[in-house]
Amino acid sequence: MAPKLDASVFTLDASAEVERIGARLREIVGRDLRRRGVVVALSGGVDSSVCVGLAVKAFGPDKVFVLLLPERESSQASVTLGKRVAAHFGVEATINDITSALEGFGAYRLRDEAMREVFPQYGEGWKSKLVIAGGTQGGFNYFKLVAKAPDGSMHEERIPGKPYLQIVAAQNFKQRARKTMEYFHADRLNYAVIGTPNRLEYDQGFFVKNGDGSADVKPIAHLYKTQVYALARHFALPDEICNGRPTTDTYTLAQGQDEFYFALPYEKMDLALWALNHDLPQAVLADAIGSTPEQAALVYKDIQAKRATTRALHSRPLLIDPVAEVKPL
Amino acid sequence: MTDAVSMTDQVRNFITANFYVTDPKALKEEDSLLDKGIIDSTGVLELIGFLESTYKIKVEDAEMIPDNLDSVARIVSFVTSKKG
Repeated sequence: MAPKLDASVFTLDASAEVERIGARLREIVGRDLRRRGVVVALSGGVDSSVCVGLAVKAFGPDKVFVLLLPERESSQASVTLGKRVAAHFGVEATINDITSALEGFGAYRLRDEAMREVFPQYGEGWKSKLVIAGGTQGGFNYFKLVAKAPDGSMHEERIPGKPYLQIVAAQNFKQRARKTMEYFHADRLNYAVIGTPNRLEYDQGFFVKNGDGSADVKPIAHLYKTQVYALARHFALPDEICNGRPTTDTYTLAQGQDEFYFALPYEKMDLALWALNHDLPQAVLADAIGSTPEQAALVYKDIQAKRATTRALHSRPLLIDPVAEVKPL
Repeated sequence: MTDAVSMTDQVRNFITANFYVTDPKALKEEDSLLDKGIIDSTGVLELIGFLESTYKIKVEDAEMIPDNLDSVARIVSFVTSKKG
């Protein structure tokens, strides 16, 4: 009989998991890293919110430094929600706006220059996002640039390689600038920096190298997104967080993570990842996500392709010859 | 025939010059560029840029599939059919 695949595979004892993660956080931060507390950047999304909760449970509110890092294009709601989450856990939130840092890097200008290679009229008042396509239809993954003009008209065009790379590189300034602020506070407080990827993001390389991919410890990288939401409910976080959809909050048009990077909405991606990790046949996955076995096979292939192509994002610097005396933790 | 031979060389040369190929001389026309780890999604965009500018064709979204692009032979066949 075929194994049953549904959300029940993600059931966990939330209290026990929070305690277990807390114990490991204390070991890692105190014993291994020799730091006094942790810095958490809060986006108002479920991952960072749960990480704040885990950190407060592990170390107490006085040892958790919470940062909100807005910029001129990030969602206004993220700051408001972030403050609510911080208050919910009894911690102060410090706001460091990174707009001027991004302007100094030329992030917005360099991004818009690349946008104009696709839409020459792109400029003030335009909004845009990148949307992934191709992979789940059996083709190569590629991106379309979706742009909204000030007059409300929508424009969509496949984006060639050079402007695509420049747009992503320019947007990556956002994640890297945020991480720079986190490490400033971590260094001055002698704290460790928490990274907030969930298992899907970590596994699939959905992070910026030396941006949100950089951290001293990642407390939820082993948890499927479905499980992160379970912990959010356990922590009694606001409804907007417990029921919110994963977004990137990077581009100026609202953009779901499933539009930008993943083949499917997170509930189905979690099932696909779990199924692949447990060697379930594609027919079982197909049944669980309401697709054909052929489509399920393409999802498996897409997961494996993203793992392979993002291996470099997880790497330490590669050396020509090993230096055996250096033993990283 | 001469056009097809020279296109094969041009495509081969582009691939071996722009991507890491362990042994360029050993790259066969039928070798899968994906299976050999020579090309990924970003590489495909670079390849398409090269094909469009060199052969004055437009690659449609639906044509960005391994059947058309996953080996030197497939690429040449695809471009030849596009040029008519």
